[in-house]
Amino acid sequence: MLKLAHISKTFNRGTINEKRALQELSLHLASGDFVTVIGGNGAGKSTLLNAVAGVWPVDSGSILIDGENVTGMPEYQRARLIGRVFQDPMMGTAPNMQIEENLALAYRRGKKRGLRWGVTQAERGLYRERLATLGLGLEDRMTAKVGLLSGGQRQALTLLMAALQTPKLLLLDEHTAALDPGTAAKVLELSDQIIREHGLTALMITHNMTDAIRHGNRLIMMDRGRIVLDIAGEEKQRLTKADLLARFAEKAGVQEETDSVLLS
Amino acid sequence: MTLSAYFSSLSILNLFSRMPAAVAQGIIWGLMALGVFITFRLLDVADLTVDGSFATGGAVTVMLLLAGWPAWAALLAAVVAGVLTGLCTGLLHTKLGIPVILAGILTQFSLYSINLRIMTKANQTASVKKFGMFWEAEHHGGFLLSSLYIPQAIAAGLVLAAIVVAVLYWYFGTEQGSALRATGSNPAMSRAQGINIDRMKVIGLGISNGLVALAGGLMTQYQGTADVSMGRGAIVIGLAAIIIGEVLCDAFFKKGCNFAVRLLFVLLGGVIYYAVMVVILWLRLDPNDLKLFTAVIVAAFLAVPYLQGRAKSSFARSKKLGAREGGGTKC
Repeated sequence: MLKLAHISKTFNRGTINEKRALQELSLHLASGDFVTVIGGNGAGKSTLLNAVAGVWPVDSGSILIDGENVTGMPEYQRARLIGRVFQDPMMGTAPNMQIEENLALAYRRGKKRGLRWGVTQAERGLYRERLATLGLGLEDRMTAKVGLLSGGQRQALTLLMAALQTPKLLLLDEHTAALDPGTAAKVLELSDQIIREHGLTALMITHNMTDAIRHGNRLIMMDRGRIVLDIAGEEKQRLTKADLLARFAEKAGVQEETDSVLLS
Repeated sequence: MTLSAYFSSLSILNLFSRMPAAVAQGIIWGLMALGVFITFRLLDVADLTVDGSFATGGAVTVMLLLAGWPAWAALLAAVVAGVLTGLCTGLLHTKLGIPVILAGILTQFSLYSINLRIMTKANQTASVKKFGMFWEAEHHGGFLLSSLYIPQAIAAGLVLAAIVVAVLYWYFGTEQGSALRATGSNPAMSRAQGINIDRMKVIGLGISNGLVALAGGLMTQYQGTADVSMGRGAIVIGLAAIIIGEVLCDAFFKKGCNFAVRLLFVLLGGVIYYAVMVVILWLRLDPNDLKLFTAVIVAAFLAVPYLQGRAKSSFARSKKLGAREGGGTKC
């Protein structure tokens, strides 16, 4: 579903702040893979997701989504293949617009936006139904401005929007990091449910090792712009936090760095 | 002159008699304010092209009238010219990476020369006497509105305003209009939803300046003349109208209001703005001070939401409350 071949990205090239954020990184995701991504600050996790989403062009390498080469496509063109939820709950929704208008924007992701009505009566039924699955009572507030919702509500709405038009790939960038523990658990549960229901292929960054182990069928660990650990299948199911720490020490070969890399 | 002599010299009847003309002109400024509303509120950019595009609308209208075009066709051409000025600013911003305020200033600056080219001199007159009004059979396609026929000018202005509000209400409810509003509300989210935000900004700037040029064309018909500096300060008048309209709208509808009502209040804001100006003139204050008054009014209204917020939460307030509860400043 996703095929990254030797992608590299360097920020501020040639300056004192030069940062090699991705180094010849290759990754292949099968359809239905739910991959959790861990690693320390500056390991390149968000850079990896931004590269896939097309926030900026990569320096080299190629990106294929569902067999389609998207390396040269800007973000808004790739959007038809990708659903995204950001770390900042404010980033994924338009605050000055109504809940149903936000959903309608997501419903038209990757479609031509012409001069038909922005929200039709027929869609409202679908939105109401989907909102009800969140269990937040948003289905009765469909014309409320999204800016009035709490961070957790907005993140749940963003998640719903990301999956409304079934994406080939779902990118979750630490999407529970800014929420309180209770809300974070709920949103994570919801993510799991949506990914399972639609059989989505997903990449989820998390700072929480327990979450990374518990969710998904595959786990990758990044360090200095590379994937240093890739665990899948039964091995992943048997994985414990202690294992993970040990495996990393072995991979990276530098004991002292363990703490900074596995910051959680 | 003593103060009492000054007050006795003011005639309230005289003020009333000036009001219809103020309303007629106010509607035209209100239409322009709707153009500014699209960029300032929906797209969340401050577009300074309008000072130039307003005059461009006037210049195109007057020259085409003089060339024998019917007034409505001249207005349509003015709208097209206005759209082009907006596209120019939009492309400077999106394709060349110039900050939108600077892009607008550059376009506006260049339009001064272009408007002079269009008019061949600093002002041109197309008098009603020569062209007549559209309802006069012998002047088929004559002026749509004129200061010589105030009630008809108000009627024509209202009809045009109703059409513009209806079209804007429809457009911003469509898929494309929603995408444009989303671009102004949250650009990052818009990109992630597959919206080409550069394209939306260019379209928004185009529509906005098309409307502004329409208002410029109407003003030219109303006054029978176009001047290269007729758009000076248009952006400030537009902002004044928007803010007056919004303050009133919030006062009337505590729970917020429908988009069409918001548009109507912007229009009303234009009328009120101009009525206030007429009152100021009626008070026989120096007309040279009008721009100063406008700036003061706009600054005051722009400050209202901020000051309201401050009244609820500020360090000064915390200090006062803290002092009351703590009973002193030393601990």
